Amino acid sequence: MSFYSGFFYILAIVTGIATFMAITRRQALHAIVYLIISFFGTALLFYLLGAPFLALLEVIIYAGAIMVLFLFIIMMIQIRPSSQSRGAALKQWLPAIVLCGIAFSLAAAMVFADPATPVPLTPATAGPGELGRFLFQQYWFPVEMASFLLLIALVGALYLGRGEEKSPVQQREKAP
Amino acid sequence: MIVPFSHVLLLAVILFGLGAACAVTRRNLIMILIGVEIMLNAAGLVFVGASLKWQHLDGQAFVIFIFTVAAAEVAVGLALIVFLQRRTGSVNANRYNLLKG
Repeated sequence: MSFYSGFFYILAIVTGIATFMAITRRQALHAIVYLIISFFGTALLFYLLGAPFLALLEVIIYAGAIMVLFLFIIMMIQIRPSSQSRGAALKQWLPAIVLCGIAFSLAAAMVFADPATPVPLTPATAGPGELGRFLFQQYWFPVEMASFLLLIALVGALYLGRGEEKSPVQQREKAP
Repeated sequence: MIVPFSHVLLLAVILFGLGAACAVTRRNLIMILIGVEIMLNAAGLVFVGASLKWQHLDGQAFVIFIFTVAAAEVAVGLALIVFLQRRTGSVNANRYNLLKG
């Protein structure tokens, strides 16, 4: 086992455990903190798999911006503890665990029953400049569409998050 | 030499399953959104691994679009959560039963 593969397995275990801890927390705040660990692990995996720019974006966008947004919202709204009983929780978890077990065992069977000998990936790196040139040469239209999507999301979030104040027309109708 | 591609695939399946379980079983709207984020992240991992396996940059380019979609989704989703909390006073998905007969 080389240095790289050992590093991969350590990161995979850390990411998996952090994600598992995140989804089982009762407090959303604790889940966010575990999730940041998980995203850092994924960022290192991206770096290991030859995508340093995406590793950077993962830290900045996922572990930075999105998680901070979650933290803001959690602190802004008060969350009442759920009055859900333990039995009901177990009843909800059971189908999910069964389906995930089936999916995982199928994936494992598919991987280990593969007749071809597993070929280790050869390390290669695509720098930010190379990726950017490729992106804007091959995918310039999707890039424009992505920026348009972000604009629409911004407008939608502003519209949903506006205050309760009445529009000027309604105020004028009410005044006299 | 790094691990075979199938091991990357297996890790992504585990992460995706955890995210799906979170999105299906939790009743807190914020935890449901977190589950969706975990699933998108697992999909990105597969794309990066495949990009390395076939030595193509398309996979990495696609991950950037996944990031964009995740950011847009979380912005609108959190705005919706704040809207619902202001309107109904709760973020529990089980309490939105206005249409229940």
